[in-house]
Amino acid sequence: MFRRGWFLPIAASLGFVFLYAPIISLVVFSFNENRLVTIWSGFSTKWYGALFADPQMLGAAWLSLQIAFFSATIALVLGTLCAVALVRFRKFRGRTVLAGTVSAPLVMPDVITGLALLLLFVAMESTLGWPAGRGIVTIIIAHSTFCMAYVCVVVQSRLADFDMSLEEAAMDLGASPVRVFFDITLPIIAPALVSGWLLAFTLSLDDLVIASFVSGPGSSTLPMVIFSKVKLGVSPDVNALATIIIGIVALGVFAATILQLRSRPKKARA
Amino acid sequence: MAKKPQLAIDTRPWRDPAAKPFVRIKNVTKKFGDVFAVSDVSLDIYKSELFCLLGGSGSGKSTLLRMLAGFEEPTSGSIEIDGQDMTSVAPYNRPVNMMFQSYALFPHMNVEQNIAYGLKRDGLPKGEIADRVAELLTLVKLQDYGQRKPHQLSGGQRQRVALARALAKRPKLLLLDEPLGALDKKLREETQFELVKIQETLGVTFIVVTHDQEEAMSLATRIGVMNQGEIAMIGEPTDIYEFPNSKFVAGFIGSVNMAEGIVIEDEPDHVRIRSAELGCDIYVGHGVDCAPDQLLWWAIRPEKIQLSREKPESPFDANVTKGMVEEIGYLGDMSVYQILLESGKRLRVTQTNTVRGNPDSITWDEEVYLTWGDSSGSVLTV
Repeated sequence: MFRRGWFLPIAASLGFVFLYAPIISLVVFSFNENRLVTIWSGFSTKWYGALFADPQMLGAAWLSLQIAFFSATIALVLGTLCAVALVRFRKFRGRTVLAGTVSAPLVMPDVITGLALLLLFVAMESTLGWPAGRGIVTIIIAHSTFCMAYVCVVVQSRLADFDMSLEEAAMDLGASPVRVFFDITLPIIAPALVSGWLLAFTLSLDDLVIASFVSGPGSSTLPMVIFSKVKLGVSPDVNALATIIIGIVALGVFAATILQLRSRPKKARA
Repeated sequence: MAKKPQLAIDTRPWRDPAAKPFVRIKNVTKKFGDVFAVSDVSLDIYKSELFCLLGGSGSGKSTLLRMLAGFEEPTSGSIEIDGQDMTSVAPYNRPVNMMFQSYALFPHMNVEQNIAYGLKRDGLPKGEIADRVAELLTLVKLQDYGQRKPHQLSGGQRQRVALARALAKRPKLLLLDEPLGALDKKLREETQFELVKIQETLGVTFIVVTHDQEEAMSLATRIGVMNQGEIAMIGEPTDIYEFPNSKFVAGFIGSVNMAEGIVIEDEPDHVRIRSAELGCDIYVGHGVDCAPDQLLWWAIRPEKIQLSREKPESPFDANVTKGMVEEIGYLGDMSVYQILLESGKRLRVTQTNTVRGNPDSITWDEEVYLTWGDSSGSVLTV
């Protein structure tokens, strides 16, 4: 109905403005020469220089990347196992409980999750002596916990579409169950694993609330550092950092799209 | 002149009581929870047979096939293939391959890789695998499609890839689950004959599961009709069609007219059945295992009844009844007549249209006589 009219282009441009106007203004102002963020006074890359000269920022960024990498990887393994259990084994004791607990972090407020994890870590430290204090390990554990839920949801939907006869066919042709998993199941659910991992990585990189609860001295993640800086007034080097992150993310998304297009020229099942 | 096919006992080993079966299913039962999917099935299948398991949905035919492949374990009973007990052998250790209803082609591999998958698992040398794959692609006429991915193929091509992949390991026994089910009618007819040709050339034993009775009739050396987890009848296509052993089999294969009757004469050489539904006696020209006054059913195929305007001769004062033409279905090669008898029963009769555009053919609302031979129908007690 709206195919050739004015409605679709206008709706689309409004949507794009909503999504990208803040990002574009951030990128533009990262090249602002002025030390007041909102006043444009000429092009400059000096805040990039300032950023790379700031060891606190760089350290926090590196820490956040490490945490995101490890928690996304752990969440991927645990979330996939969980999805396999829920999809493949239709009936087992505690299925309902597992399904419930897996989706709980999706709806639980971050504040509650963070507080609960903090209490757990404190209690564990006093009874088991591990983890000693809070820091990168506790953040990774906390992030894996809630990211796992997201991975599980993504992988579950892919597994639910999975034609079981593919695995049977491979087994019928002489592949042992382990081989079947690596030859058939894994390649077919790989797109879901990649997107699950990327989702977990982003969520971990992004998290402020839970990390604030479970981090310790000397383990401030990037969002925590930015947030504390912004409390004292936005400084332009934060803009520069954000621009770099946006650039990396855009490249990553672009690469992932290319990869997917190349592996599947059309939809696998037409 | 072409030679008639040999009908000697060596091409029909099931007629030879001393022949050794290749697949022996003994008292196999499979329960899912409290439901009997397959109950107490015993079946012998011989080498190079093309055996069809025919049945409706939920008849247990697919479960039986999956037990042969090893995907399901029988609750009780045993399965022997080539003299070896297979009951608890894992699917990847069986000398059996299966062609799946969905074809189950690996979407991330191309046609060659799909076909080579089983050979690679066997650890064959690379050159030998390439030769086998080329040979199989030729067999299924897909030489130019080796590099394609499954989603770039048509339904018929996918079906042939699935067949080639299932044949790659030269299995002793090939299981086919609704092999033609996903093809359209015309392609199905072509593929049917190709399948038979391939089976005859390779001499592999085929077990085909199908719900399509036409497919079973044209493919099979023998058919096993399944109903509610049990084998209702095993026999050659002609046996199943012409000599059904029960009302179920008679009704399941082809169309049939069924009439109820009571035995009034029970002699060793003939039986006379009085049928109120037909409005006449049925004279059966051979002995039947029954007792006088027994209630039984008589089944006759639509093409075994003749229609005429004049009252035909009836040597035993039987096998002739009268009715009115209610409906005619013209199918080109033949016409289907629905005849309303005086009792209110309707019979289906087919007549071949031998004369072109016959102006004198029997038409609507005409009174006609129906007659049949003394061995045209089957007497059924169950």
